[in-house]
Amino acid sequence: MCTYATEHVSATGSGKGPAGWFRLSEVSVYLDHPAHALADHTLNIDFINPAQGPSARVAVELTAQTARALARAIESALDAAPPGLA
Amino acid sequence: MNEALTAETVMMKGHDGDKVEAYLARPADADSFGGVVVIHHLPGYDSATKEITRKFAARGYAALMPNLYYRDSPGASPDDAAAAARAKGGMPDDQVVGDVAGAAAYLRGLQGSNGKIGVIGYCSGGRQSFLAACSLQLDAAVDCYGGAVVRVPAGAPASMKPLIGRSKNLSCPLLGLFGADDQFPTPADMAELSRTLDELGKAHEFHTFSGAGHAFFSVDRASYRVEAAVEGWDKVWAFFGRHLAGG
Repeated sequence: MCTYATEHVSATGSGKGPAGWFRLSEVSVYLDHPAHALADHTLNIDFINPAQGPSARVAVELTAQTARALARAIESALDAAPPGLA
Repeated sequence: MNEALTAETVMMKGHDGDKVEAYLARPADADSFGGVVVIHHLPGYDSATKEITRKFAARGYAALMPNLYYRDSPGASPDDAAAAARAKGGMPDDQVVGDVAGAAAYLRGLQGSNGKIGVIGYCSGGRQSFLAACSLQLDAAVDCYGGAVVRVPAGAPASMKPLIGRSKNLSCPLLGLFGADDQFPTPADMAELSRTLDELGKAHEFHTFSGAGHAFFSVDRASYRVEAAVEGWDKVWAFFGRHLAGG
């Protein structure tokens, strides 16, 4: 199925796309069909800056297991940072 | 039939007269042919759907696939364009109908057209095929596992509405091809749509393939199911053969 559901996150940071580094403004997060990964559904994340065009995009397609592990790793890394850094 | 064809990128007039990129495939040696508007799936105007468009030309139809994401993403790769469309909240239904109308007019204007036009769409394009058939005067429509016809999934953009209420306006026979394991649309969804069309006296033919889920026609994806796809294509050829031939 196509879920059509998308989580939108305002972003501050940078990503490296096909034309090099660019400033991020948004992140789209959704569970849906992948373009490349060999799975029926994946957790897809698009780091984008629409003002710079559709190619200003860093994309990943992760299995649900990988995505959950990544989410835990991000939380762990932030929690383990010295006070005042994150 | 020798399956000879020509294929090229063209510009057509879409909704509101906008210039829209489209992929055209036509039989090389047919004196008269029906037309098929191909509506791409949610992942966009990609190589796999261009291959489908060529498949129709090899079978003797002129086929045209408008790039529904062209306005916002001219020249972008299909996956980038699809991501941009998703981030924006998807394509407005009115715009899609206008683009299909433009594609149908383009096909009718081709030298050799018999004036008959069918539409076929996959995934989100399946929903849009039904939408077009309820909005435009067409000769045949095929909905391949289009979700959000009967009900809209939680979390979908607010602009996406169910289409079942438009069934009374269905202008042509409808062929529906679905996977028994699909969760959207489910076989129960399609049974509900079939009942509604029966009550309205609208000609339709639905097939639900066991062992298949969503996107079973997609040869480059893990969802591909060869048995359902081969049988499904046979249904398409028979259906379009009945409704788009001659003239």
